[in-house]
Amino acid sequence: MNSADVVVQNLSRKFGETQALSDVSLEVQHGELFGLVGPDGAGKSTLFRILTTLIVPDAGSATVLGLDVVRDLWKIRSIIGYMPGRFSLYGDLTVRENLSFFASVFGTTIEKGYDLIAPIYKQIEEFSERRAQDLSGGMKQKLALSCALVHRPQILFLDEPTTGVDAVSRREFWDQLGKLKASGLTILVSTPYMDEAMRCDRVALMQNGQILHIDRPGDVGRHYPLPLARVIGAKRYQMLLALRDAPHAHSVYPFGAELHFTDDRAGYAPDKVSAELREFLLGHGFDDATVEPIQAGIEDNFMELMATQARAS
Amino acid sequence: MITTLRAFMVKELRHILRDRQTLTILLLMPLVQVVLFGYALRSDVRDIRLVVVDPSPDYATQELKARFTAGRRFKIVAVAPSFSIVQPLFRQGKADVAVTFDPDFAEHLESNEPARILLAVDASDPNTGTTMQTYAAAVIAEYESELKQRKGRPVMIVPEMRMRFNPSLESVNLFVPGLIALVLTLVSALMTAISLSREKERGTLEILLVSPLRPWQIIVGKVLPYLGLAFANVLTALLAAWLVFHVPFRGSVVLLLAESILYSMVSLAIGVLVAARTTSQRVAMLISLMATLLPSSLLSGMIFPIASMPRLLQVISNVVPARWFIIIARGIMLKGIGVTYLWRETLVLAVMTMFFMAVAVRSFKPRVA
Amino acid sequence: MTAPAVFARDLTRRFGDFTAVDHISFEVATGEVFGFLGANGAGKTTAMKMLIGLLAPTEGEARVADLDIVTQTEQVRCRIGYMSQRFSLYEDLTVKENISLYGGIYGLSDSTIAERSRNMMESLGLKDELVGKLPLGWKQKLAFSVALLHEPAVVFLDEPTGGVDPITRRQFWELIYAAAARGTTVFVTTHYMDEAEYCDRISIMVAGKIATMGSPGDLKKKWNVSTIDELFVRLARPT
Repeated sequence: MNSADVVVQNLSRKFGETQALSDVSLEVQHGELFGLVGPDGAGKSTLFRILTTLIVPDAGSATVLGLDVVRDLWKIRSIIGYMPGRFSLYGDLTVRENLSFFASVFGTTIEKGYDLIAPIYKQIEEFSERRAQDLSGGMKQKLALSCALVHRPQILFLDEPTTGVDAVSRREFWDQLGKLKASGLTILVSTPYMDEAMRCDRVALMQNGQILHIDRPGDVGRHYPLPLARVIGAKRYQMLLALRDAPHAHSVYPFGAELHFTDDRAGYAPDKVSAELREFLLGHGFDDATVEPIQAGIEDNFMELMATQARAS
Repeated sequence: MITTLRAFMVKELRHILRDRQTLTILLLMPLVQVVLFGYALRSDVRDIRLVVVDPSPDYATQELKARFTAGRRFKIVAVAPSFSIVQPLFRQGKADVAVTFDPDFAEHLESNEPARILLAVDASDPNTGTTMQTYAAAVIAEYESELKQRKGRPVMIVPEMRMRFNPSLESVNLFVPGLIALVLTLVSALMTAISLSREKERGTLEILLVSPLRPWQIIVGKVLPYLGLAFANVLTALLAAWLVFHVPFRGSVVLLLAESILYSMVSLAIGVLVAARTTSQRVAMLISLMATLLPSSLLSGMIFPIASMPRLLQVISNVVPARWFIIIARGIMLKGIGVTYLWRETLVLAVMTMFFMAVAVRSFKPRVA
Repeated sequence: MTAPAVFARDLTRRFGDFTAVDHISFEVATGEVFGFLGANGAGKTTAMKMLIGLLAPTEGEARVADLDIVTQTEQVRCRIGYMSQRFSLYEDLTVKENISLYGGIYGLSDSTIAERSRNMMESLGLKDELVGKLPLGWKQKLAFSVALLHEPAVVFLDEPTGGVDPITRRQFWELIYAAAARGTTVFVTTHYMDEAEYCDRISIMVAGKIATMGSPGDLKKKWNVSTIDELFVRLARPT
């Protein structure tokens, strides 16, 4: 008997011609902050809607807190908190009216749930008489989270809560999630932002309806199959084009202020890769270029796994 | 400039042609209306139900009776010796015209005295009322001149006209019951459909579904305020009709309000059904318009008499809730009758309510897909 | 000396007694990739709407492609391209149909449209199918190319890569680089702070004003941070 809070086994689901989910399996332990990371169309929302009992899978099974998502939907619905994408709120109701409505839908009141939502709600409490449609993106986000928490759920499903919100609000939101997790709440979050994955206990990388990899964010890099080097220099675009023609270039991508070069010789010494690249760049007139080996991050991994998936199909 | 305009028009055309749902409705609706108006809906009246009151039957009354049925416009539903039969038949809506002969009709004719006929017409629909009166008067006039020819001397048949229930032929009396039906349909069906599909579009419906709320609770919660609104609308309409237009109100207000609520519930249920099956507000609005407002105005007998419609439409009219409600509303307001006469129509509405409600709740699934 | 591609001086916009954009001034040179950043509600969107002629400024002046945005709005529209995350192309039209629509709107001849359409579809590797059926990344790349169809002087991009997978995001930015190399000025806003590093210069708006502006490298040195993300957080939330 699996004691994990969420157990997903070989879940598949098709919509018309599109295979939205394809043989997906994962587990979320109690008290974990688990991230589903992937771009639009990866299947994150579909997985969430199956787990929150809104959709039925074509194949496979899933349980939430030991309850089956197909058979026990009413039991599940009273104990989970759900925040669907694009913060679905009633724009023409005020902040307070939204919150009290969602509280009453679950048979509770704002007072009963107040201590749980207080750290978040306090930040928007001064706007409690403002209509939800007049709030900024960050505030809508906080309101939507409060509405999902007010009935003290045992597990929280947040579908892309940080989409369309600026970098600062995103950070604050994840700070809040950290605090919630510390209070013992199990949380499943989906996001397209790779950097947010670092703040989860574990992440599942998803693309095209499949799970590419599941691991702790810090350990994801260990699975990178090829040597990786970082290149920094002034003429980035020209360097990028030049490096694509370098010998043994598996892939070259811009990463912010730097370029990441992946060598196609598995197991080759990273220092040698860097040295060879330095020579190559000097030879092409990029004298200010610096090259050094680095550990792969989540985004490097994601892109490599994506490419592998594309080659396999 | 022209290229820009052309490019834009081409784009719009493509949008229209590719939105299959809206296109079907936009092409179908006018077509249906054209067919209905051109072919099916007539203001001439047929199958007028005639009651003949003949205290002393003689050759003249028999001949005149035969003339009425010969033209096939009238059909005789009752013949009786005394007038007392007429009123109940009118109130039950079982007769449209009553022809009452004076006693010793033929004798008067022979002795060159005016022979009187009382012509009473159910004018709760003043348009058809006038028409029926005209037809009846024409039959009588024709017989009079036929008799003159035969006998070679003048005869006098004097019809005395009575328009029952609506003596001054106020058209507003015709409109008000129908108007109440339309208003109720609009508020109940249309607004419910829009409100529910807006919830779907906004995404908030998902949150509601992922909660202990059962579908029927969501529906009732959404629908009850509109019921209250419809109720308020009926009261306002009645007040306006009474105060401003002096429309008579001969029956029980309470009964009318109760029947209005019943009718609202049917419309609400249809609204919910439409919203459960459609994907967007716009489509929900168009379909609920087609499914409720159109039949309610054209096929309910509100404007065009049902008896004059082709058989097919008459049958269809039976499933239009507004048809039954209008009979009820007219009966209460203009004829002053109560449940004893209207129990059949009320039962029909009640059954329709339960049926549509059941189907609506069932189609509102607790899942999205 | 040629005029800057985008020029703004004391550009201001008020809504009632709320000042959304407060006397901002900046210049963008031709062929530059300029990142226009700011928190939600900082006035970014309002400023951009003024530059593309959708909103009139309350005070101040701005010129795009050396045309005044207030008095020469029509001409400005012909010389710029625009693409946003929320809306790019019509989903129920095919790739070719979208291209000919926009080509027609900008008054390109049928033969020009046909030629550029062929080139575009070849370089992007697209078949002529309904845009709605394309994955998000492809849609955005196509939308960007369509915004460049009439060879505008300046192209305005409003969060063009939201939700797109990391590989396609980078391919998108390569398209931006290629356009800039051809002389098109690119004015872009984004929520991805790593993309801010791809720009030649960036500006960060806070509460209606420009808090800082310069090349990413210079700004990081000046503010003593290692990433633009850090800089953004420091400026947007001083506490």
